[in-house]
Amino acid sequence: MFGALRAALLAAATVVAVVLSTSAVWAADKSPIDTGDTAWLLVATALVLMMNIPGLSLFYAGMVRKKNVLATAVQAFAVAALVTVLWLAVGYSLAFTHGGSLNAVIGGLSRLFGVGLRGSVHPLARTVPENVFLMYQATFAIITPAIIAGAFAERMKFSAMMWFMGLWLVFVYVPVAHWIWGGGFLGDAGVLDFAGGLVVHLNAGIAGLVCALVLGKREGYGHEYMAPHNLVLTLIGTSLLWVGWFGFNAGSALSSGELAGYAMLNTHVSAAVAALTWMAIEWASRGKPSVLGVLSGAVAGLGTITPAAGYVEPWAAMLIGLVAGAVCYWSSVVLKNQLGYDDSLDVFGVHGVSGIVGPILVGVFATRAVNDVGHGSAVGLVDGHAGQILSQLYGVLAVAAFSAVATWVLLKIIDGAIGLRVTREEETEGLDTVLHGERIQ
Amino acid sequence: MKLVSAIIKPFKLDDVRDALTGVGVSGLTVSEVKGFGRQKGQTEIYRGAEYLVSFLPKVKIEIVVDDMQVERAVEAIQKAAHTGKIGDGKIFVTGVEQAVRIRTGESGSNAL
Repeated sequence: MFGALRAALLAAATVVAVVLSTSAVWAADKSPIDTGDTAWLLVATALVLMMNIPGLSLFYAGMVRKKNVLATAVQAFAVAALVTVLWLAVGYSLAFTHGGSLNAVIGGLSRLFGVGLRGSVHPLARTVPENVFLMYQATFAIITPAIIAGAFAERMKFSAMMWFMGLWLVFVYVPVAHWIWGGGFLGDAGVLDFAGGLVVHLNAGIAGLVCALVLGKREGYGHEYMAPHNLVLTLIGTSLLWVGWFGFNAGSALSSGELAGYAMLNTHVSAAVAALTWMAIEWASRGKPSVLGVLSGAVAGLGTITPAAGYVEPWAAMLIGLVAGAVCYWSSVVLKNQLGYDDSLDVFGVHGVSGIVGPILVGVFATRAVNDVGHGSAVGLVDGHAGQILSQLYGVLAVAAFSAVATWVLLKIIDGAIGLRVTREEETEGLDTVLHGERIQ
Repeated sequence: MKLVSAIIKPFKLDDVRDALTGVGVSGLTVSEVKGFGRQKGQTEIYRGAEYLVSFLPKVKIEIVVDDMQVERAVEAIQKAAHTGKIGDGKIFVTGVEQAVRIRTGESGSNAL
């Protein structure tokens, strides 16, 4: 008798629970647009675009010789225009929509040219109109290829650069973004990447290394004077990057609130600690704290915290900054000179290495206390889940291998079709007059 | 008349100018130059890439003075530009055959 009653009560409770949970799902699907979230994403979008133009543009322009300053500065700008068109046409749809039976590797075609956006939200950002999400992601798609340009600075033809950037966006950035953020196999495997340690920094850093190796060294590398012509430009560019990075990392919360707050705080702290770390190591080992050193340290800290910004406690962000400053100093100053490749502006040494170190440290420091992505279960090693480090390593290896091979293939195709480098004579004269018919006085 | 050319450290320019005015020199010409002497060069380091910059920035001043003024002018420059460290510079004295003031056409010592 009591048993039957208990069973009936349990059944009733189950039905109520199912109804409630169904309505909760329904409510999430139909959740209204949040004006606070939307406002923050609109601002964050502008901040990330500012990282690229003029931030990255100036960051790189200051580091090259005076005869190449315009050719270097215009790369990030031209890439911004090119990628915007490609992103709206095909990139966003292939990266962020469901690809049906191919979804593990690539998205679908339902948002080609931005059709069907009206009244829609993306599953990753349910409180923000999808057109804002598309635009926000466009700025990430812009800056990632633009970062690569630092590796082949001062020697690549403008035509080859434009072809490479367009093809790389579609054939490398788009699939990797889909694998990790758009529902592809790496995200499904539990790889965590809050704001693009793998998608942006490792991806661009490895591509930069391959570019430096395929294009070869600049004329006179190692014996000619190739010092940066104006580090004030680089300082202004780095400062714009630092501020813009709040949009990059805190915006990647895709909402306005405590998580965005954690991401901003962690980003800021990591940049500061890494800048001081690079400065201290250089001061101790070389006798002087260089301007380029403290700037490079900040960028290393920003790149390394990127995948971790919304997963870790602020004390962990300090440790991440410490590791970032030390390891990226070693890779840019010691390792590069030992290996002898000419990565002109240290795309691999700073972005590539931060894209390896950062994602692995996510596996160590990610905690449900900051971001409960495991729905109550342990996230990283600090929660007691050491396996996350292996997931992160899987992500690093997959992205690095794909980026290296795909970049190499694209470069070889372009080299065969139109050639990658300017002639020796043109390189000696300087790219500004040779490629653009202009120069600064 | 003598031409006194002095290569000095850039930050000593104002001191030298004051000293020369003090001994009655009424004009001088200044150029920014680069060169090397016993000071050799400087090393610049950018992310581990070392560059030896063998030419250092210096200031060259040139004055033309009467024969009687030369000794005082040279002494004034030598005292004012002196720091005691390598790289203080050098002073050269050469003869001048003629001088003309363009505005008036005066020549010789009157043109100085």
